[in-house]
Amino acid sequence: MKKIALALLSAGLMMSAAAQAGPEEDRKQLIDFYKSKLPTVKFDDMIYGALALDKDSKSQYDSIMEFPPFETVVDAGKQMWEKPFKNGKTFASCFPNGGKNVAGNYPIFDDKSNKVVTFEMAINQCLRDNGEEEFKLGTVNTMGILTAYARTLSDGMKMNVKVQGDGALAAYELGKRHYFQRRGQLNFACATCHVDNVGNRVRAEVISPALGQATHWPVFRAGENLVTLQTRFRQCNSQVRAVPFDFGSEEYNNLEYYMSYRDNGLPLKASVFRK
Amino acid sequence: MAEPMKIRAQMQGDTADIKVLMNHIMETGLRKDAKTGQMIPAHFIQQVNVTVGGKVVLDAQWGYAVAKNPFLGFKVKGAKAGDKVVVNWVDNKGDKRTDEAAIS
Amino acid sequence: MNQLRRTFLKGTGAAGTVALAIAAGLLKPGQVLAAEWNKNAFEAKTPADAMKGIGAAGAAKSADIMIKAPDIAENGAVVPVEVTSKIPGTTEIAILSEQNVNPLIAEFTLSNGAEGYVSTRIKMAKTSNVTVVVKAGGKTYMASKEVKVTIGGCGG
Repeated sequence: MKKIALALLSAGLMMSAAAQAGPEEDRKQLIDFYKSKLPTVKFDDMIYGALALDKDSKSQYDSIMEFPPFETVVDAGKQMWEKPFKNGKTFASCFPNGGKNVAGNYPIFDDKSNKVVTFEMAINQCLRDNGEEEFKLGTVNTMGILTAYARTLSDGMKMNVKVQGDGALAAYELGKRHYFQRRGQLNFACATCHVDNVGNRVRAEVISPALGQATHWPVFRAGENLVTLQTRFRQCNSQVRAVPFDFGSEEYNNLEYYMSYRDNGLPLKASVFRK
Repeated sequence: MAEPMKIRAQMQGDTADIKVLMNHIMETGLRKDAKTGQMIPAHFIQQVNVTVGGKVVLDAQWGYAVAKNPFLGFKVKGAKAGDKVVVNWVDNKGDKRTDEAAIS
Repeated sequence: MNQLRRTFLKGTGAAGTVALAIAAGLLKPGQVLAAEWNKNAFEAKTPADAMKGIGAAGAAKSADIMIKAPDIAENGAVVPVEVTSKIPGTTEIAILSEQNVNPLIAEFTLSNGAEGYVSTRIKMAKTSNVTVVVKAGGKTYMASKEVKVTIGGCGG
């Protein structure tokens, strides 16, 4: 039974490459898959991941999110966001709407440079454009804390990633390939757990569905340790004993692009508690 | 003074529902510094005192096992909107903090 | 012996000492003294010794103490615990995690309208009974709930 799901989706993968069924069909297929696999979980609640599958966990999340212990870290991010550059401008000047309700548009595909641009890369572009030094993508104290606030400006925004044109489609397909490709000593694909084994347990952990995985970053593990989506990619790769890629690598940017497109329609919620 | 705490105080009927989020590392003293191999000294809030409208409503003693960035929720019957909530804490190193908020 | 010391010595082991001192006009509200932290109870290594240290030895089991805590903690570093005491005249609530190196976690003294209710987040070393002690009308009561603390799998 478990193998069937992966086989179906892999077949879908091959079909879509041949017949160019496309990202929107992929997304709908995945939504249908989880509608039948997890019939009690409402679409919008997919952003809670494994928490949507376990009342005891969700209850702890709700309790902690009422007044999160990491609130001061988000406040520090707010100070970073609002602090003017040497030239007097701020991050808000680089984004439409002052940065409000923009994070759900990312990643975007930049046809000119022919690559995926993540929200973090856009922030670095903003720094460069204003004569400031850019941040290292994986560093918690700079990009991590800044995005812990900046992403909350888009809380509630429905994910709205666009895949248009050949370059974008190619990047999307590469991201999808990563998700379904076995790797590492344990020889697991992301899909092995999050599609085939959704709702089952790995030791004491309930496995989260693939849908919704790109909507809720960064997380604060134990309510204090800031983890971004690409940090999580590195951890997941390491956990199946595969060599992780770098922050901001094409591999991870394409993966993030694919996963974010697939979450279109789900409401983003940044800076949340996880175990 | 140490880092500020956040106080939320709201009337619910005739009872004030008060929530406090303190900013404190609550170091247990049981952890070892990975780099130096030395034990990290305990550093945690030991006493908490809350007054509402000038009267002591809660007086607490804590050990190191209250979670980092402590959360405290309690309810006071008979409090009124506008009453001042004053929260004090003192830690084992003698650091202290006082913050206040009015019940809304 | 000065009145302040006498009051403290009388109140040894009780978290209400400061409240007493304020009531006796010896302390202004907002003035908190670090001297009287109940070291004995907080450094006790067994639940029995910790209970003794807070004057709760022989506390009677009570069904009127509600403990809202998870069945399985997401992370032992931050376990939400909410205590509601339905026992009339509740003046004190204490929280212990029996398997912690030092079981006593917190002791709350309530007065002047504060209800028999506290909500906080605790650190648990491992699967354990979370025990709550309530003092009301000069008597002590207790209740427990088991909270499991596990090693994760892939998430945390």
